[in-house]
Amino acid sequence: MVDVLVIGGGGAGLTAAIHAKKDGANVALVSKTYPTRSQTCMAQGGINAAIGADDSIQSHISDTLKSAQGLADEELVGILCEHGVDAIKWLDKIGVPFSRNKGIAQRKMGGASFVRACYAKDYTGLKILHTLYDQCNAYDINMLSERFLIDLAVIDGKVYGAYLLNIKTSTVELFHAKSVILATGGYAKVYGKHSTNHVGSTADGIAAALRAGAKISNMEFIQFHPTALKKSSILISESARGAGGYLVNSKAERFTDELASRDKVSLAITNEMQKGEEIYLDVRHLSAKFIDEHLPQEKKLADLYENIDLTKQLIPILPAAHYTMGGICVDKNCTTNIQGLYAVGECANHMVHGANRLGGNSLLEIVVFGKIAGEAACAYAKKEMPACKVDKHKDILSQINTNPTVDFYKRRAELAEIFYTHVGVKRNEQGLLEALEYIQALQNELKNMGVKNIKLAYNTELAEFLEFKNLVLTAKTVVLSALRRKESRGAHYREDMPNKDDNFSTDTICYQENDEIKFP
Amino acid sequence: MKIKLQRSDKIFEYEVPLNGVTLLEALGYIKENIDSTLAFSSGCRSSVCGSCAVRVNDKEVLACAYKPKDDDLIQPLRNMPILRDLAVDMDRALAFNKIAKAWGLPKEEALHVSGEDAKRNELQSDCILCSACFSACPVYSVNEDFIGPFALTRSLRYVNDIRQKDIKPTIEAIQTNGIYDCTLCNECVPVCPQGIAPKQDIEILRNKSGIMGYLNPNILAGFDDGLNF
Repeated sequence: MVDVLVIGGGGAGLTAAIHAKKDGANVALVSKTYPTRSQTCMAQGGINAAIGADDSIQSHISDTLKSAQGLADEELVGILCEHGVDAIKWLDKIGVPFSRNKGIAQRKMGGASFVRACYAKDYTGLKILHTLYDQCNAYDINMLSERFLIDLAVIDGKVYGAYLLNIKTSTVELFHAKSVILATGGYAKVYGKHSTNHVGSTADGIAAALRAGAKISNMEFIQFHPTALKKSSILISESARGAGGYLVNSKAERFTDELASRDKVSLAITNEMQKGEEIYLDVRHLSAKFIDEHLPQEKKLADLYENIDLTKQLIPILPAAHYTMGGICVDKNCTTNIQGLYAVGECANHMVHGANRLGGNSLLEIVVFGKIAGEAACAYAKKEMPACKVDKHKDILSQINTNPTVDFYKRRAELAEIFYTHVGVKRNEQGLLEALEYIQALQNELKNMGVKNIKLAYNTELAEFLEFKNLVLTAKTVVLSALRRKESRGAHYREDMPNKDDNFSTDTICYQENDEIKFP
Repeated sequence: MKIKLQRSDKIFEYEVPLNGVTLLEALGYIKENIDSTLAFSSGCRSSVCGSCAVRVNDKEVLACAYKPKDDDLIQPLRNMPILRDLAVDMDRALAFNKIAKAWGLPKEEALHVSGEDAKRNELQSDCILCSACFSACPVYSVNEDFIGPFALTRSLRYVNDIRQKDIKPTIEAIQTNGIYDCTLCNECVPVCPQGIAPKQDIEILRNKSGIMGYLNPNILAGFDDGLNF
């Protein structure tokens, strides 16, 4: 039994673990991959904070609210931005190797009124993640990897721990805990190869929270990054446009403001593509020295995946699913509607991104709310001393079909295509209904899917099948939410209802009851 | 394209009908289309998460940054327990970060860091913990407790950080099974996908240790030998 069980080893989970431990909690952190391999390492651009001489917290707040299109909570955006300055000071103190000029170097990101994103070359997420991981070692936090969340142990609306699959041995382990923090990341991998994300962004925490009775919200809001490499959906950072890169069509014409917010740029690209244009990112006019210094990863990736030299050639790009704004409903203390259960980071909806997240605000979110979640879970665990009611290991493995007649890898790829086509940058009623029909058929078909590999040692097929089931459940909430939002707002663009409608200035909240997704 | 994979103690051959793809994409093709029991690790596909390091024809590479050729032999990393096929158990290797006390030990007051100060450990902090260096290191065949290249590079990252309150705990932690157990063979340097040179970092740590009054035990051992004849 631990005081605080953190599930997820990305930036949010590590930050929460550090602060819970600092406050005196006995902490365990479990993750399905090694912490330094988490999605956080892929964040390149930067972390926003109003530390510049001309900048102000008020300006950061108003930029964030503007981009959120009426769906963010002013108080929570205030918390995010006000704590931003302290968050950077803390990261600086524990050794994050930020790039420097006069002070911590900052760059301009789309939708920001000032140069606001603190960066560490194009490795901002990587360096923050590794520094946090080192702090977890300093605080002697017990980190257990290769643990996949199967389900939360919840009785009568209160959490008692979690059932985890030890991927190394295919055994189910029950971790007893007074409080549990979910920091399991987003769901962009429902778009499969049309996502910039890490292979692990498969909604495991959101799906487990749904099954346990948690409320989730705004699942229809998925941010498409305008510039992913065409063949692979590998991200070309926004800093390429921040530094002056152009977006051009096949006729070499610029067609949009490259520094508008991501929803607008992705929409402009999609419109252009529907006219039959190919879209390219052009950085040829930036100096080779500048590219080597500021965009070295981009240069390497363009060569590797598209076989091009970006200093001399145009980069073929497409919008790809990048960040998921929806997630588990939490209040300002990261509390869910299940007692003792907290959620933080991309798996949660902290009500700060609304309909469209600003670049540089998600790294900030995981540090600011990571601290709040860790402290809140610790305080709760100190107060509460529940008698542990769960003791049985859940036998999920015997329920897995080991003679599958339907290949889930094929269905996973199909789901990705259907989502990119019908639940992508542009949506309409008919397409969404088609996607819903497909998902309902998938759910009926799930009993015929399973794993061919019945070996216990490191059975990644089993873990990937469980991930797929989580994606299917989450996909259903996305489509149902998108159908209900009969308007266009931020990242949710309905061709059949292209205008914002004030009747929809509210969150789309849902939960699961008797295997049905319900909207209160 | 035909590639060979070492799985357990056998070599298996697979025909992958794709051209110009990364090794990681080829492995994904095999798993999804030929044999779903194949195990390998992957993550970001863009060389920052450090999940997919393997050996190709005896040299450590990131599978996501390597384009395979006909008859390449793919094997798991060395010096770590194999979980299955190309997937290895990193727990023990990663624990050396903790043994090396490679972490920030901040001063109370905030400190101004100049651009020049930041350059002192910028390269070392590019490490993605892929373990290519750990796999290439021959010391593990004689000393399995060797703290090893990536953890020592990480130590230098913090030792060279002007924000560090006290570098002594880290320096002290790497004296035994640490900087002097390295043979300076250089095997770790060419395999690093980030261009880090752990061997050089270890030499710098030896110098720093010497300045702080720590003695090289090998030199003392040399004296002992000398007195024996």
